[in-house]
Amino acid sequence: MAKHIISLTVNGVREYVEVPSNMTLLTLLRERLGLTGTKDGCSAGECGACTVLMNFEPVNACLTLAVEAEDAVILTVEGLPQDGRLDPVQQAIIDHGATQCGFCTPGVILSARALLDRNPSPSEWEIKDALRGNLCRCTGYTRIIRAIQDAAVGGADD
Amino acid sequence: MTEHHEVPSPIGEKVKRVDALDKVTGEAVFADDLKFGSDLLHGRVVRSVHPHALIKGIDSSKALTLPGVKAVVTGEDTTNRIGLYLKDRYTFCRDRVRYVGDPVAGVIATSVEIAETGCDLIDIEYQFLEPVLDPLQGIQERAPLIHPDLGEYPVADFIFPKPGTNISNHFKVRKGDVEAAWSNCEVIIEKSFHVPHIQHAPIEPHVAVAQVDHTGRITLWGSSQSPFAQRNLIAESLGISQRDVRVISPYVGGGFGSKAGVSMEALAVVMAQAVPGHPVKVRLTREEEFFCAFVRQGLVAKIKVGATKDGKLLAMKTEYYWDAGAYTEYGVNITRAAGYSSTGPYEIPNVWCDSYCVYTNHPVGGPMRGFGMPEIHWGIEQVMDMVAEELQMDKVDFRLLNCLRAGSITATGSEMHPTGLTECITQSAQAIQWSTEETASAPHKRRGKGIAIMWKAPAMPPNAGSSAWIRFNEDATISIGIGGQELGQGSHTVATQMAAATLGVPMEWIHISGPIDTEYSPYEWQTVASRLTWSMGNAIVEAAKDARGQILDLVAEHWGEDSQNLDIKEGLVISYRSEQTLPLQNLVVYGLPKADGSGWRGGPIIGHGNFMPTYVTSLDYETGQGERAVVHFTTGCQAVDLEVDTETGQITLLRVASAFDVGKAINPDQVRAQMEGGVVQGASTTLFEHLKLEDGVPVNPSFVDYRIASSVDAPAEIIPIIVEVPQDDGPWGARGIGEHSMVPTAPAIANALADALNLRILDLPLTAEKVFFALQEKGGAT
Repeated sequence: MAKHIISLTVNGVREYVEVPSNMTLLTLLRERLGLTGTKDGCSAGECGACTVLMNFEPVNACLTLAVEAEDAVILTVEGLPQDGRLDPVQQAIIDHGATQCGFCTPGVILSARALLDRNPSPSEWEIKDALRGNLCRCTGYTRIIRAIQDAAVGGADD
Repeated sequence: MTEHHEVPSPIGEKVKRVDALDKVTGEAVFADDLKFGSDLLHGRVVRSVHPHALIKGIDSSKALTLPGVKAVVTGEDTTNRIGLYLKDRYTFCRDRVRYVGDPVAGVIATSVEIAETGCDLIDIEYQFLEPVLDPLQGIQERAPLIHPDLGEYPVADFIFPKPGTNISNHFKVRKGDVEAAWSNCEVIIEKSFHVPHIQHAPIEPHVAVAQVDHTGRITLWGSSQSPFAQRNLIAESLGISQRDVRVISPYVGGGFGSKAGVSMEALAVVMAQAVPGHPVKVRLTREEEFFCAFVRQGLVAKIKVGATKDGKLLAMKTEYYWDAGAYTEYGVNITRAAGYSSTGPYEIPNVWCDSYCVYTNHPVGGPMRGFGMPEIHWGIEQVMDMVAEELQMDKVDFRLLNCLRAGSITATGSEMHPTGLTECITQSAQAIQWSTEETASAPHKRRGKGIAIMWKAPAMPPNAGSSAWIRFNEDATISIGIGGQELGQGSHTVATQMAAATLGVPMEWIHISGPIDTEYSPYEWQTVASRLTWSMGNAIVEAAKDARGQILDLVAEHWGEDSQNLDIKEGLVISYRSEQTLPLQNLVVYGLPKADGSGWRGGPIIGHGNFMPTYVTSLDYETGQGERAVVHFTTGCQAVDLEVDTETGQITLLRVASAFDVGKAINPDQVRAQMEGGVVQGASTTLFEHLKLEDGVPVNPSFVDYRIASSVDAPAEIIPIIVEVPQDDGPWGARGIGEHSMVPTAPAIANALADALNLRILDLPLTAEKVFFALQEKGGAT
């Protein structure tokens, strides 16, 4: 298998890594960079547990080859807190009890972060639409949706 | 000086989940996240592609020559059978395969890819056998026998297999005289229902890593609801001591029953035995997850119910034929639970039930959220609606007239304990304005309301136990040892609340020790049956009382007081008599110096406690009658307001009210979260889910072809309602709620659909396509 040296920025850190052609971004993150917050639920782009932001857009890391991330800016759940403060979406998920088993949670949070970055005050339907690709078997989605609505208004209710 | 103010107890309060920070930051460790060194090997499994066949030969020689392949294991490497209630399977098949997906060989290699390639190089010669593809076929006298050796299998004493047949358990209820009662009934309804196989579909796939040392001792890391049961069953099947098997399990990424008992974990153990010293990792693919892990059993239910003209239920006869699949880790006990719960939550004087667990050449049926109750209530609650319709009675009134109350006699002749079922019915009906006719949003749509009630007991051996320990750090922060798993249901948070309340310390001081490790964690039977809040909760309270007693005795001696006058509030020992105070810090580890300098008293505090129900009686084999069949029942009700599009058949859930009697909501917000999640999982199984098996071959094993509810499918409004009628054997009166919240969802939706379209569909799921065609057949909407 041919190998490639690629450079990319992950959570603000410039990385240079040698990867085989068939390595996915998911494997690179989990097994080479130690970022196991990104989960593997199906390896087929169906469940969204591996959602990360690549150049600010959500992608399934399991369907993205590591070589496609050459020069890209990647954000994973580990990179969300700023200056020791949780991202408002993370905080809202805690406040609303919107995580149960937690396996889908990192992917959900990143999809929500991408949504809020491009649309700071989404409608309920826009939130549901943005989460279509993130399957959750525990919560029934209702609390996740409320949490994202709350994060969108900047937690002004608090 | 001391100010005595009432310190609020965390019990019944809105308390945030203690695991939430781990889970939103990606710090929560799941089995797949554990790191092993470079000597980690990977196992892949060769699985049967036939539903029923004899294995005539296995040729592994080509696989063994592939560079990177370390070993191949087959049925030759597994000598003893394994199983929870009935030991009916080998970890790898020996002489025959019984379902598509049955493990035939395992390849251990240096990478997953090499192991996969190795699997492709193994040649297996089969001799096909006629398959059993339906439980009604399976019970026929001339049906092919799936387990010819059934009579030799070790079995628990409350399970009754029928050697020489495909019946792995038969549970009977004979109460009153059903046949004589029919003639006194004004209305009799008799219907057959079908529930297909479905998948739990946790988002985290099954993962197991096993390592066997050169003396044969085993360590198993996995995503598990049952670390202790796995230790026990694996040790028994290998003929080694439980002492020599260690199971370690971090957070579980969704279970719903699929990670209970032993499913795929023994595969990793057998593979690791072939390469001593190396950890071997086996991870199911999503495709395998759909049919190589447990599935929810299929069911054919024949239900006959009769009532008097006043609407009183007089007789009920049920036949439940469970499509148990090739083996039955839990299915035999689901069959039993369905039997003793066969009437649903109604008082009926004459009851007859035959519940059969039938082997088929289908994927292995296991426990799934509700443990048989969603399946039987699908039929029961529709028949009850039909009886009410026939009597022209309001369906809420009919249920209020007949449902169980304190002192009612259940199907097994046991007395019902206090229960808030009537309150659940009344409140959920009110929440959707039951009596108000609603207008549909468009001319081609119809609105309908439906209601369904339920009951469910923890289904488990009569003596399933729990234990807990509590120990202190120097600064009086506390570690709690439990063997119950956090699957998302919130048990870690409830455990923390209970310990804090009993000890008298702030919740923030408490930490749940993890991961669950059978080497260090206290025994817990399994994280199943919605039993942790109740059973493990009782053990935690005992452990906290023990630790608290030790502390109070120590300080009482130190102060020369009676410990009866002492208390712990917010981490401070106080005396109500002398008004002295002493912080817990240091004394809980170092003890206290004697005043005269003559030495010290006390020592590191460690509290322990256990709980095991001792009062469940056996049931008569012929009649199913007994004094106390189960520990208790959680009851509840759901009311659905929906709209259905007559042009597409698509159902839209507008409002779902969900009311359950949880005895005492230790954490009301988490109880509501369970109710919301249960409604959506229940709705998903009702509207979409069906693992399609064509001649035993699963044809839709992916999230693309097997759809589960996504964000856009969530009902517009879920109204969770907590009812609290305390349970005598629960901590603060609490009962479980985890599974119950999806039990009545499917029949409540079906009953609402019937209200909207005057149309009954007796087979799950209620896909848009099925509703559309049923409507066409009926000649359109009225």
